[in-house]
Amino acid sequence: MSTATNEGRGMMGVPAEDGTTSAADRALLPSARPVQLIDPAGRHTHDDRYPLPDGERLLGVYGRLVTGRRINDQANALVRQGRMAVYPSSHGQEACQVAAAVVLDEEDWLFPTYRDTVAVITRGVDPLEVLTLLRGDWHGGYDPYEHRVATQATPLATQLLHAVGVAHAAKLRGEPTVVLAMCGDGATSEGDFHEALNFAAVFHVPVVFFIQNNEFAISVPLSSQTVAPSLAHKAIGYGMPGERVDGNDLAALLSVLGSAVDRARDGGGPSLIEAHTYRMQAHTNADDATRYRSADDVEQWVPRDPLLRMRTYLRDLNLLTDDGERTLSDEAERIAAAIRQGLNTEVDVNPAELFEYVYTEKTSQLREQAEQLREELARGADPAADDAGDAPGAGDQATGDRP
Amino acid sequence: MTQTTEAPARATQDRQAGVVPPAPRSTSTFAKALNAALADAMEADSAVLMFGEDVGRLGGVFRITDGLTARFGEERCFDTPLAEAGIMGMAVGMAMNGMKPVVEMQFDAFAYPAFEQVVSHVAKMPNRTRGKVRLPIVIRIPYAGGIGGVEHHCDSSEAYYAHTPGLTVLAPATVRDAYFMLREAIASPDPVVFLEPKKLYWSKEEVDLAELRRTYDDGQAPRRIGRAVVARAGTDATLITYGPSVPTALAAAAAAAEEGRSIEVIDLRSIVPFDDETVCESVRRTGRAVVVAEAPGFASVASEIVARVQERCFHSLAAPVLRVTGFDIPYPSPKLEHFYLPSVDRILDAVDQLQWED
Repeated sequence: MSTATNEGRGMMGVPAEDGTTSAADRALLPSARPVQLIDPAGRHTHDDRYPLPDGERLLGVYGRLVTGRRINDQANALVRQGRMAVYPSSHGQEACQVAAAVVLDEEDWLFPTYRDTVAVITRGVDPLEVLTLLRGDWHGGYDPYEHRVATQATPLATQLLHAVGVAHAAKLRGEPTVVLAMCGDGATSEGDFHEALNFAAVFHVPVVFFIQNNEFAISVPLSSQTVAPSLAHKAIGYGMPGERVDGNDLAALLSVLGSAVDRARDGGGPSLIEAHTYRMQAHTNADDATRYRSADDVEQWVPRDPLLRMRTYLRDLNLLTDDGERTLSDEAERIAAAIRQGLNTEVDVNPAELFEYVYTEKTSQLREQAEQLREELARGADPAADDAGDAPGAGDQATGDRP
Repeated sequence: MTQTTEAPARATQDRQAGVVPPAPRSTSTFAKALNAALADAMEADSAVLMFGEDVGRLGGVFRITDGLTARFGEERCFDTPLAEAGIMGMAVGMAMNGMKPVVEMQFDAFAYPAFEQVVSHVAKMPNRTRGKVRLPIVIRIPYAGGIGGVEHHCDSSEAYYAHTPGLTVLAPATVRDAYFMLREAIASPDPVVFLEPKKLYWSKEEVDLAELRRTYDDGQAPRRIGRAVVARAGTDATLITYGPSVPTALAAAAAAAEEGRSIEVIDLRSIVPFDDETVCESVRRTGRAVVVAEAPGFASVASEIVARVQERCFHSLAAPVLRVTGFDIPYPSPKLEHFYLPSVDRILDAVDQLQWED
């Protein structure tokens, strides 16, 4: 098995003659500043290593950005209307969401978290299937194999190891699959984050670890997670390159992530990309962000909005016209309407399904329990009526029935 | 251990009948049978991979993976960095992507760092994806005590896994079962926690491993997952046990026989799925039962067995179902473990308490 000890990689901390860090070590270091190709004012800023994607590509991906923003807004509205239990919004992080999905080929895999709904939809998964999780019909709504998108991970950083395993299996079979694994800044404190990076490096597998540093883990700021110079610097400890990128700059994200994906596909091994972005809204609708950050803090990020700068850039080049904008917003609205309509339609949940997938074949115990529930339902029992707190009308009745 | 006692008995009968004695049969240890099962499974299916700590060149601290790297190459049997959550999480991804990983947790208590992966993903992913993602992972865990091991090397951790829906939990107690059950575990589309009683690694039986392979490959080995076995037939009381406690229970039954009591011993083999049928059939017949297990008794697999037997066999019972388990204390140090482990005497004392009428 090819491990990091050959090919001049790994264990290379041999100091250069003058006692300074070797060139090989320095090559793992991230850029001094996050890579930026289009600044918040919409102007191209040159970078020696990362080329600016061409206008047509940027225009195409900008459309996904508009749709992504619309999906976030629509999902928030549906939570307020009681159609979904909760929605962890990626408002403000849409450039990361879209870039993570579009840099991958069909045979690649995406490993998203609960906040990465827009990335999953951008990859091609049916929005209603994605939102099943948050609507509460089931713990997952889509077939991971259909678009090669893993389930949205809730336990932090656990999915990064799965990404390593998928990549490892593909490598053993000689398949060109690249895996892009997403996590947030808070997740970098979890043990699984470190184990995933280390395993990926040791087995030299094609994984791009993509951190969206949105500065908060619910209420805890990044300064309480780490005192490392940057999250991208953590890559060095595992012998892989780290890079940081302006997470609100779609062009830079496409270029940096694209380069990491190419590198992984060409046998260059894993790398770690940190995107600097900001969670513009609360952790979820159940969170109150005013308890831990000021409106002024959030205000500072408004001019850095990922849609704003890309729109300005494309309009200045006349790539985006009034007509073009209307087309994009119509398309976004069409998708939002489909989501609205889908989530406003009641779905019949099937309690018999509870026992179906625990094992490939139901155990005798599960057969008994499924039968018990079936009989309860057949004689008209309604377990939901016992939840006094949830349904005021029916609940009062049920409480009254209790001895 | 029905198999061990049956074979010599048959040989004796053959000799008495004047039949030419068969060629001496080969013997195998429990450890060798596991090793052969792994090798045969890897030979049969290139998707089967073996990885963990020290399982490569060393062949595992108990030598269960001995020779696999040499035979199948470093891509099929390999050492990982020393991180159990990493091993388990990587196994999840490999299983998602067409492989059938067998992972070794070096010791029972060293499996705990992997617990989140086991509980949150290994056990739940198939359900979460409505069966779209199946995880054919075998988690091999050298487990339980009786070997004079130091702390963190002797835990009976079965209850943690048995309490987690989605996991199959197996604990073989004979050489033959070790082979067949590991083959079956590897072939299972569901994740299996495979508990290997350390103190039985060196136990021997007269078995021909090549014959076991042929039997398994020909589909002639009866299913063992979810099937308990009557390890010793009896009529007066039932000892229900599994894994490392099976030989102790059999010894207790042999001792009881000398005192004129006919004790049946049920070897569960499969903790999950649990074979209510075999257990209840026996207890209804004998009317008395004792559950024997090494783990602390409180909130244990033994507790669950007592509850199930009481719920299903109440009207057949002549006495409360008793338990002989470890005490509710951390596993003791080597010089104290014999005070803790279920013993023949303790089992016989429990049997004596089953409200006999004579």
